[in-house]
Formats: sequence, C-alpha cells, structure tokens
Amino acid sequence: MSDKDSLDNMPVNEVASDSLVARFDGEVRSDTREGYEGYIVDANMLPEVASVLRDDLGYDYLSSVTGVDYIDDNHIEVVYHADQTTGGKGINLKVQLDRENPIVPTLVPIYPGADFQEREVFDMYGVKFDGHPNLRRILMWDGFHGYPLRKDWKEAYYEEDIKPFDSRWPGGGVKRSEADNPYGKNVNYPPGFDINNWTPETDDSLYESLEKTNSNGKSLHTDSIVVNIGPQHPSTHGVFRMVVALDGETITDLQPVMGYLHRNHEKIGERNTFLQNMPYTDRLDYLCSMSNNLGYALAVEQLMGADVPERAQYIRVLMAELTRISNHMWAIGFLLNDLGAFQTPALYAIRARELILDVFEATAGSRMMCNYMRFGGLARDFPDTLRGEDTVKFITDLVDNTLPKAIDELDHFLTANEIVRSRCIGVGVLPPDKAIAYSTGGPLLRASGVSYDLRTADPYSIYDRFDFNICTRSNGDVYDRYLVRVDEMRESTRICQQVMRDIPAEGEIFSGKPQYSVKVPAGESYGRVENPKGELGYYVVSTGKANPYRYHVRAPSFVNLTVLGELCKGHKVADAVVILGSIDIVLGEVDR
Amino acid sequence: MYGTGILKGMGVTIRHLVDSFVDDMRFLGQRYYSDSSMNIRQGTEGRGVFTVQYPDEKLPVPEQFRFIPFLLYENNEDGSTTDRCTSCGICAKVCPPQCIWIERSSDPDTGRPIPEPTNFYIDIDICMNCGYCAEYCPFDAIKMDHDYELASYDRTEAHIFDKARLDKPVEYYASIRPNDYLAEETARAEELAKKAAKKEAAAARKAAAAAKKAAAEDN
Repeated sequence: MSDKDSLDNMPVNEVASDSLVARFDGEVRSDTREGYEGYIVDANMLPEVASVLRDDLGYDYLSSVTGVDYIDDNHIEVVYHADQTTGGKGINLKVQLDRENPIVPTLVPIYPGADFQEREVFDMYGVKFDGHPNLRRILMWDGFHGYPLRKDWKEAYYEEDIKPFDSRWPGGGVKRSEADNPYGKNVNYPPGFDINNWTPETDDSLYESLEKTNSNGKSLHTDSIVVNIGPQHPSTHGVFRMVVALDGETITDLQPVMGYLHRNHEKIGERNTFLQNMPYTDRLDYLCSMSNNLGYALAVEQLMGADVPERAQYIRVLMAELTRISNHMWAIGFLLNDLGAFQTPALYAIRARELILDVFEATAGSRMMCNYMRFGGLARDFPDTLRGEDTVKFITDLVDNTLPKAIDELDHFLTANEIVRSRCIGVGVLPPDKAIAYSTGGPLLRASGVSYDLRTADPYSIYDRFDFNICTRSNGDVYDRYLVRVDEMRESTRICQQVMRDIPAEGEIFSGKPQYSVKVPAGESYGRVENPKGELGYYVVSTGKANPYRYHVRAPSFVNLTVLGELCKGHKVADAVVILGSIDIVLGEVDR
Repeated sequence: MYGTGILKGMGVTIRHLVDSFVDDMRFLGQRYYSDSSMNIRQGTEGRGVFTVQYPDEKLPVPEQFRFIPFLLYENNEDGSTTDRCTSCGICAKVCPPQCIWIERSSDPDTGRPIPEPTNFYIDIDICMNCGYCAEYCPFDAIKMDHDYELASYDRTEAHIFDKARLDKPVEYYASIRPNDYLAEETARAEELAKKAAKKEAAAARKAAAAAKKAAAEDN
C-alpha cells in the first residue's frame, strides 16, 4: 500500500524518465535545452520506445503529434505528446531529423490516433512517416508544391517575416495586397513546371484506395460505387467531404477529405506577435471562442510565469463553462437536424444559447469572436447592466433558472422520443479501447465509458475548487454521446452556480500593467484545456523574441475525425450523417 | 408505450406556441414597439417568441459592443477641432491583421515629426474587430464603433476608410459609450490634478529651499 502510494505521489515524469533513460541508454536522452522538457529519441528507436511508453508506463493516449522546423540547426523536430487516461501530467518525446531528407517510422500501428496528425506533419513539413498506411496530403491538395510550415516557405501575399510590418507606420502608403500581387501572379510554380501541359490531379488514387466489397453471389449482384458527400452538402456542417464506398446502401469504407477552409493558421500565428494571436484563436472553433482563448492564454502564461488574479480566474471558468453549454446546445440541435427534425429542436436549443451570447457580447464586446482573455487576466470586467438588469443578477438568474430549465426541456423534448432512440441507439458504436487508441476526446471518448477529462485529469485554472462530476456512458453509440452532452450541460450549470456563489465581488482582473508587446522567455509549453469538443492543446515555442517561433494547435475536431471512417463502416449512408453530427466538428478548427 | 415520446415532444412545441400569447398578455404592450421591449422579450424572464424583426426593429447593442474603429477629435470653443491622435503608431503595431496605415506629419521646414497624423487609413475588409487598437491606445484617440450597417456595392476603394471617414467627435463617443467615457474623463482629471499638485508641491519646495538659502545667506 505505502509503496503504491509513494509511486503515485511521485511526479509521473520522474518515473518515466527513470525507466526510459535507463532502458534505452544513449538512445533516449533528456531534453536539456533551456525551457524545454521531455526526451529526445533516436528516430529508429521510436516505435520501440512508444511501445514501452504505452504498455509498460501506461501512456496509452497519444495526444498530439506535430513538427517544428529549426532551420538554423538544420533539423526538423517531430514532437509527440502522450498522456495516461488515468490522469496526471503528460510526457513529450522528440525526434530530430535531417531537414533535407526527414524520415521517421510511423506510430500508427501503436497509436492509431497518430494517423491524421502524421499526415498533417507530412503535409506541412515534408516529414515522411515510414510505414504509414495512407501517407497523403491532408490539408493541402495533392498537387501542392512546397511545405507551408517550413520556415523558408512564403505565402501568396507575403509581406515580411514578422509583424508589425514596417510599411504601416510612419510612412502610411495604404494599398490592397491584390494591387501588388494580383490574383494569378501570386503563385509559385516548381522548377520545370509547364502550365500548358499540366493536367489537374485526379482523385483516382483516393477512390482506388477505398475498401470495397461486392455481394458475392449470396444475393443480387451489386456494383460497388463511390459517392462523394460534400464538400457542399447541408449535413457536413461546413465545407467537408466524405468519400464513401458503398455496397448497395451499406458503407464499406469512408475517407474524410478536408482542408477547404485551410488558411495556414499556424503560419499566421508564427508571423504574429504573441498577443496578436489571441483574436485568431477565436476563429478556430468559432462556437467556443472563450475556451480557445483560455487554452492559448494558459500556454503563454506557462512560459511567462504570469499570475492571474482571483476574480479573473473565476470569470474565466464561468466563461469556459457557459461556452460548453452553448456548444452542446448547438451540437444537440444540429444532431437533430441531421436526423431530419428540421430546425425546430435546433431553434429551441439556440434560444437558450442566445442568452449566453448576450453575456459574452456585453462583457467581451462580441457574441462569438470574444477575444476576451489576456496573458495574466482578462480584457475587462463585467458591465454594470445587461438587458436592463444588473449583470450579476442576470447571470445568476441565467445559471440558476433559465439554463437548467432549458436543458430539462430539451431532455423532455428529445430523450424519450422514439425516432431519436431508434436512429441513435446502437449506431456508430465506439468501444473504449478503440476510443483511447484513436486519441478521441470530449463527449466522444466519455460516451465510450472512459472517464478522461482534463479538468480533473490535469486540472488547470481553478477547476480543483469546484464540485462536479465527469459524465460518462457505457455504450459508446450516438445516443450515449447525446446523453453525455446533456449531462455535461447540467454539470456545467452546477459549476457556474458555484462560480457565482464564490466569486469575489471586487478585485483586479489583470495582474500588472497591460502592454501591447509582451516579453515571453525562451522555451516550449503545451497549454491545454478541455474544450467542449475534446482536448484543445497549444504547443508554443518561444525564442525570447516578440513572435512565437512555433505555434501549433492540437484541434479536437480534427483528431476526432480520425475515427470517423471506422465508425461508419457497416452502416447506411443516412447513419454516416448522424455519426458525423454526433462527433460534433467545426471546420474552422479542422482545417485551420 | 409507443408514441408517448413523440406526443411529449409535440407538447413542448405547443407550449412554446402558447407561451408567446401568455407573455403577450402578461407584459401587455411592453413586448413590442419600444426600445426596452427586448429586455422583456429576450430577458431571462421572457418566454415564447424571441425573434427580432430586423430591420424594422433592432436589438440595442451593449456598450462594449465593438465594430470597426473610429478616430476621436475634440471640438474647440473657437470652432476649430483637435485630433486626439498623436500618430504614435501603437495601434498600427498591435493590429493583428495589420489593417491600419498611418502617415505621420512632419514639419515642412525642419523635417521633424509632428505628433499628428496627415492621414489615417483602415481597410475595413481586413479589420477583424478585435478592439486591440482601442484597448492599447494611450491617448483614447481610437475607439470601436457601434455602427454595424456598412454594406456597400464596392469592395475595393470604398472599404478603405480614410481619416475624413474615420473622424468622429468626442460627443459621439460619449453618447455610445457613456460609462467608458466617464471613467476615462475621471481618470484624466485625476491625473491632471495629481500633476498639478506635484507641480505645486515642487514649487513650494523650491520656494522653501530658496527661503532657507536666503535665510542662511542672511546669517
């Protein structure tokens, strides 16, 4: 007992470091660069180290895979973040590769959740993942030239490496980018490219890669056909495409195709100063801008070591939880749209969400693009009045009465409905081991019975002060995901009630003096929050300058889509729409 | 029993329909046709129909609402105007999408910079309404507007606002953001009073020192 206790109390990283460094002498080294932590692993040893990490040390959840281009040292680093689903701090591994020919063994056989993320690193940095089952570009199109996140790559309307641009002040000289760089002239062709003899890339290889089965003599012979759902389709929640191979009406394989909304968010983030990134995070998952802000603020505050005043902490939690309620309202409303119940349930759900957006608008200044958090606090305090009422009274009313009533009504309206039940129960079942292996997060993971939520697994902000439950269900189907969302909304209102009870009536909301240019010491940090859709992580590397050297977003919607194909196999086309709705994606975050 | 779930659901729909009429009676005459009607229709108490018949009626925006910056100038007593902007360039530097262009004035004789802008441009197509310019301006010279009806037929030149288009009097600012305006003016008055007090104290110290010195010399 006492032995186990002492092991439990030991910082997880120390346990891991003892075993990892001891077991792989010379092949695993501690990362000793200033401000960095984790381990540097030899590329050829990576699968073996990952197996030990997963099987012997309990890091069964691969949270994030990303790359960093250290152009001055002439290497590209692939960074892996792994977690234990039992909770605790995560661990990170790094592999350093030659910039000219970066090759690293794939981790897909060990962590299937690495699939899309490795494809993203391949797409953005040109790192080849040896043994990857489907190593194709994921956000850019197949014929794209270059690797957009490498430091020597320049975008179409490139002005300067970093902001602020010199041309803005004091010279002025306003112009539109298109005037300098008209459409058609803003492209960069590879050497030897002849546009007159170019034929566009086709999707043939994608269609051929799909798994197809033909009814083999048992019944009528049917041809296997490929159907594109999207990119323009009302059920895909944005510009998103599912390529489906069908046997009759049954799905034999499904490949998501994304990137239609890709704007190279991370490159923009590396051109921006630290503070300038804040409003850009609003535009990731645009339904949850408050908690996007919070995650990014936490990542940078980790580097800066900034304190956040008490009152600001409470308001942050309040805003993050209100965001969760509004997101789940939206998710449930539109799940019903996908089921064919057009707009009525959605509008009832949105009605309650509208009041939450009123709070955001009155406090932050915008309903959805809140841009409310700052490094070390908040932009401003509550206003005095809201809709002609005292703000505190309005919010207290909202979380004590209005929202619980709205949630109850939605529950009453939908949960027992026979059509909802027959369309959702047993559809898109995700077993718990698969849910973990595929790195899913949020309600998708918890509906499969895995009680993993960062608010308790690795508590941030002041979540350790509140009394709330992590909601789980055991069947892992669409219906359970719906129920988890309803339960989570109830728990969130409970947290909000506790916030309104305990929040200090007066107090600072920002520590120090607000500055338009912040000093961030060199180092790396991985700030993460439990977003309504799953784990939202920001991997930030600073070199001590005004701009982040690397800014990566581990987007929950994007990673959750990895499992979509698996979930849809064997179901009908109409179910694929519902399964996608139950994953709850936002394309602003998927495509970044 | 089969069908009860569906009946329950229809009950909810009907209740929503009836609630509108119940609320119409409960708040007789207060739910429509006035500025404060939204406080009832979209307040925490309100039930039933929630929608706003835009553009016939508009939701009043809260004070903190932000949309496209504008520049402040003060009306002097003699009829002239003074820009608050000193063209220090902080807004242009902090702007995330870099949509602000400032031309700083310089003295035609000496070529030295003068703290006022010759011109000031904002490309409102690029502006992301984050409000940083207003937040970090040390002179309260640029603020976020409440006017959100800016649609136009031309998306090129018409969307690059110049100084003439951006300039608005301080009184307009005071009307859309009364609390912010009051807080800033109070802070400024306090600052001035503090400065004056400091000056007075310094003068008094100087006088005392001079008197002491004179006294010492006398001795």
